[in-house]
Amino acid sequence: MKYKKALIGLIALVVLCPLGLLASGTAWGEWGLDEMLDILGYVPQGLSKLANINHIAFLPDYSLPAFGESLGGQAAGYYISAIVGIIIITALAFGIGRIIARK
Amino acid sequence: MHIPDGYLSPQTCAVMYVVAAPLWARAVAVMRKTFTQKTIPVLAMLAAFSFLIMMFNVPIPGGTTAHAVGGTLIAIILGPWAALIGESLALIIQALFFGDGGITAIGANCFNMGFVLPFVGFFIYRFITRGSAFGSRRRWIGAAVGGYIGINVAAVVAAIEFGIQPSLFHTASGAPLYCPYDLSQAIPAMLLAHLTVAGPIEAAITGGVVAYLGKHHPEILKLNPHERRESDEV
Repeated sequence: MKYKKALIGLIALVVLCPLGLLASGTAWGEWGLDEMLDILGYVPQGLSKLANINHIAFLPDYSLPAFGESLGGQAAGYYISAIVGIIIITALAFGIGRIIARK
Repeated sequence: MHIPDGYLSPQTCAVMYVVAAPLWARAVAVMRKTFTQKTIPVLAMLAAFSFLIMMFNVPIPGGTTAHAVGGTLIAIILGPWAALIGESLALIIQALFFGDGGITAIGANCFNMGFVLPFVGFFIYRFITRGSAFGSRRRWIGAAVGGYIGINVAAVVAAIEFGIQPSLFHTASGAPLYCPYDLSQAIPAMLLAHLTVAGPIEAAITGGVVAYLGKHHPEILKLNPHERRESDEV
């Protein structure tokens, strides 16, 4: 297969992805409302109104809430997220590619 | 660098959608001319690659985290407009299904990480590598420098979007309504994370993959329409 090595590389990244959980803390400017309250002592009004408008994120923060907060549960959520994300992105890339690529 | 919902005012979000829309349209128009059937799986793999490396959070001094993006790499392999589409795909999926980056901020995030990052990275790469052989040292150095500067410029642009919020959008008493940090706080914080940690990782990934491809699979680097055009001239 033509892209065998690239696919092996992607699979290796999936296998390793829970390493991304080891860094504790949130990226600057991406705090949730609880964290904001801790850091700032209050939550800006407009921010608190808009922060939780996404009701379709079924894997919030790359986790499956049913798996709990243990490292194992988080890793399992991360694996599922990686696989689901790749499937959706690949499907969309092929879909868009089919439509706009030169014949 | 994924701006969540609530950090940018609705007005800012609307402006960023208006800025992003013609860029998406232009990307589709350019790709209609240059994109071929055989580049489709490459775009799919690169978008998936970008999605994956954004899951690798790394710690930043001071208790926050950051991650590489991979946009300059997509731009080097497939051209910057394809990078905008590939990154936008990853960013939209992250926003919708993983809550990483706000739905209201999709325009802003796609502009920052999908447009600014790969375009800056790619044009620096082009500037450094123009006329050099695919396997040459100049190629991977150009890729690494492009990746490093691209992600840092994108971080500054995101910091500007954050930082203008408190002075533009506040209550009558002056309390911030959205992002509470101004430019003097946002720019150093975003630069610290990306100059010290995320930038070097982005540089290593971009330079490393381009070094490997240049040596073993230069045909992949020739997929880029800019490279094709150049080789036609020769």
